[in-house]
Amino acid sequence: MTAEFDVVVVGAGPAGSTAAMQLARAGLRVCLLERGPAAGSKNLFGGVVYPRVLDDLVPLWREEAPLERWVTRRATMFLTDSQALSVDFRTTAWAQFPYNGATALRPAFDAWLASKAVEAGAVLLTSTTAVGLLRDASGAIAGVRTDRGDGDVSAQAVVACDGVNSFLAKEAGCAGPSDPADYTLGVKEILALPAVEIERRFGLAEGEGADFEILGGTGGVGGGAFLYTNRETISVGLVLSLPSLTESGRRPEEILAEFKTHPAIAPLVAGADLVEYGAHLIPEAGVSMMPKLATSGMVVAGDAAAMCLASGLWLEGVNFAISSGAAAGASVAEALAAGDVSGRRLEASYRRRLKEGFVLADLERLKRAPHLLLSDRVQHRYPQFVCDIVEEVFTVSNPAPKPRLASLVRRHVRTTGLRWRDLARDAWASWRMLG
Amino acid sequence: MATTEFRVAPDAHIVVDGDACRGCTTRECVTACPAGLFVPLSDGGILFNYEQCFECGTCYMVCNTHGAITWRYPEGGAGVVYRHS
Repeated sequence: MTAEFDVVVVGAGPAGSTAAMQLARAGLRVCLLERGPAAGSKNLFGGVVYPRVLDDLVPLWREEAPLERWVTRRATMFLTDSQALSVDFRTTAWAQFPYNGATALRPAFDAWLASKAVEAGAVLLTSTTAVGLLRDASGAIAGVRTDRGDGDVSAQAVVACDGVNSFLAKEAGCAGPSDPADYTLGVKEILALPAVEIERRFGLAEGEGADFEILGGTGGVGGGAFLYTNRETISVGLVLSLPSLTESGRRPEEILAEFKTHPAIAPLVAGADLVEYGAHLIPEAGVSMMPKLATSGMVVAGDAAAMCLASGLWLEGVNFAISSGAAAGASVAEALAAGDVSGRRLEASYRRRLKEGFVLADLERLKRAPHLLLSDRVQHRYPQFVCDIVEEVFTVSNPAPKPRLASLVRRHVRTTGLRWRDLARDAWASWRMLG
Repeated sequence: MATTEFRVAPDAHIVVDGDACRGCTTRECVTACPAGLFVPLSDGGILFNYEQCFECGTCYMVCNTHGAITWRYPEGGAGVVYRHS
């Protein structure tokens, strides 16, 4: 049997479901393939979603979307083995309209977004893995082969939202072989605690949530750590650079266990039961790893196209997936209406839409951030440097008088093995990106 | 890990070429795999299981021996099923 559709979208994550929703709303016959038994069942993130990107697409998302807690407390922590320094921001503004970030669980969130695509008229086929591309006589992509017995799904165009490992982007020639240096591994534990206990430990009002982003705590492996509060669970995990992880010879779950014993973290996770443990890769390197975005009959969106922001200050992915999925869907609908799904046309209109929104603007502007973030100085020396300075400032060393700040900073630059030239260079690079 | 649900497929989605592994001294897959699926053998080969795979892709990305690990997605509906992540 060969199923006939106008478009087949591979992967019912945020990118795929949004693309399918846009295409179905344009009146096209859309097949949305998902290899898991339900949308979201293969997906794992930190995580926080920033759903305002949905304002135009699903205006009632605030009432409908299965969100856990509105984030009203956001802390950036610097950890050394024995110290912790936090920049701990709270605001009541994020607990009210128009809201900002919310913690979410992907099995629920992704299934909800996929249901929006189905409501718009897309046909969702779960438990179906796309195993290859179909091509027409001219070589243009014309559907996918699935692992269902009789499962070719032919279509005039394919939207590949098949995730960070995207085998379709590789088969189409859009992506070359993967470089492990472009990826980080996320490992995460979901720990159960009663809602009131979470609110007590994290100092939160009912229904409000905390987002802790942590530099350090990764056992010397390049990356970072995180802690998020869900309704009745907390998400605790690490993001680890693949080359640095293999070089260390350490196991990810062992580093995570150690992180949970840090004096600043242990009281927050104490006594909580493990509900689920999982892992997922993150496309970390932004535009420098981005594949060709389109070829004849196919566009690539979401993690498959490395549309994920790992900049340190901002860590976002679901909103980038949704926005790129919407742009991909609109570009394919427009191309089909014009009767031209050539790679050149698809690429031009898709790229134009991505540039009009935030996806390419943010990724272009922050293209050097992942490299800076994973540098030895940011990973190891700066956390030690700031923690040591703060410790000495607040240590009352009577009968000695208080140290002068300038001499203290000079001394710690020396003892941490920093050079003024590198400090100036990193400050300038950060300012150029953010300023 | 006992808490995470896996629906085991009849066929393995990971294939390891034992001959290729025997020449490997670095064994990146053994420590980096977050599920600990790869176990070194005394004869230099690698014992692996696919049943509790998170399907992250770390093993084939970090492998330095071309062709030693062949990795694809498990068949539709099989493999890891996250419920709370």
